[in-house]
Amino acid sequence: MIAVIDYGMGNLRSVEKAFQFLGFDAAIIDRPEQGEGATHLVLPGDAAFGDAMRNLVEEGWVDLILRAVEQGKPFLGICMGLQLMFDESEEGGKHRGLGMLPGKIVKFPVAERVPQIGWNQIAIKRSIEILDGIPEGSYFYFVHSYYVDADDEHRAATTEYGLEYTSIAARDNAFGVQFHPEKSQQIGLRLLRNFAHLS
Amino acid sequence: MLAKRIIPCLDVKEGRNVRGVRFSADKDAGDPVELAARYDREGADELVFYDITASSDGRAIVMDLVREVSEKVFIPLTVGGGIRTFDDMRQILKGGADKVSVNSAAVTNPDIIRQGAESFGSQCIVGAVDVLRRPVADGEDPAWEVYINGGRKATGLDAVEWVRELVDRGAGELVLNSIDADGTKDGYDLALNHTVAAVVDVPIVASGGCGSAEHVYQVLTEGMASAALAASIFHYEEYSIPQVKRYLKDRGVPVREYEHDGGEWRST
Repeated sequence: MIAVIDYGMGNLRSVEKAFQFLGFDAAIIDRPEQGEGATHLVLPGDAAFGDAMRNLVEEGWVDLILRAVEQGKPFLGICMGLQLMFDESEEGGKHRGLGMLPGKIVKFPVAERVPQIGWNQIAIKRSIEILDGIPEGSYFYFVHSYYVDADDEHRAATTEYGLEYTSIAARDNAFGVQFHPEKSQQIGLRLLRNFAHLS
Repeated sequence: MLAKRIIPCLDVKEGRNVRGVRFSADKDAGDPVELAARYDREGADELVFYDITASSDGRAIVMDLVREVSEKVFIPLTVGGGIRTFDDMRQILKGGADKVSVNSAAVTNPDIIRQGAESFGSQCIVGAVDVLRRPVADGEDPAWEVYINGGRKATGLDAVEWVRELVDRGAGELVLNSIDADGTKDGYDLALNHTVAAVVDVPIVASGGCGSAEHVYQVLTEGMASAALAASIFHYEEYSIPQVKRYLKDRGVPVREYEHDGGEWRST
């Protein structure tokens, strides 16, 4: 079962529906115990970093997530879920993240419209399994005001918006995508299918 | 590079899609679910559902449509029309919409945008504004007044001041709808979009007046809009979405060209 973590942040139903549309067994879970038997964990989310992290801590999700990643269970962070994988964010003051990857979350420079809303392209830096069959320059749907400033080692793809930033992060079986694959038509579904096929 | 977006708008009344001419719904333009599926295949960048009955029955119908569409269509869906309270907003977002578009209530219920942005994030709160041009003397800059209740009630608010206020309160995106241009097919109000784009940092979605691919081109370049909303040119198949995108691409506007391969990416 692909478990979609409900920690009170955003439109989770569309993530669950996308996996179900693809024919996979997926469910939204709202208590950490429900995630113990899951084969895959998905951490979505749209809200502010501080609120999101506080909910993860208070509702007891951190241990489940870190243990799953340690064990090599496939993990996918989407949008805020990607940002939470890193050390810290400067959104609304300084907040600590899950610390699975080194790097921090910073605001877009003012030269561009913020939030970035719409379809933008990825430049692939590293061939990873979730990008199987996804061409260089593919468009995905993005909505965000802050971006991940990560080191090259964990950058699997980048996107240009005033500057070049990390749009896909990867480390072993843990992946994070800044865009919304569940809102990115067939190319997004392809990425979700690739993720669901990981073991 | 971030692509300019093409967004078909479905005005829904009693479960049918209708086309508006200067804000009066008159003509049936088909089944919204079929239209949504067609726009998805054609590569629409988002879809907007607008409940023009603006009643609780109307909203229930729209939300049923959104649920049905969202089972198969994986692009962002926005719902607007008749949102009065924070609870309306919450129900729409819980019901499967990715964004909620708030118009009159932002004027009559000053806290709704801030509450929505704080609870759900600015990214899903769209500030929609209906404006009518104010008479100005020759040589003066154009000015617009904000109208509510489907364009029937003047508010006395200046559009440029009002959009600043909406963004301060937390709207993550603005839809600018020109009442003068709505349904005329004479083109978007370019000065309106350009003027607002210069005073706020959030993306602007232009609405009202689209009659051709050339109009879309104008508002995305000269008008500085990030996205163009259109209804009847797509509903009645005067243009297809790929046709408009090709027109834009040929003139150097970044767009996402999309080819639906017919497959559904099922796992088995």
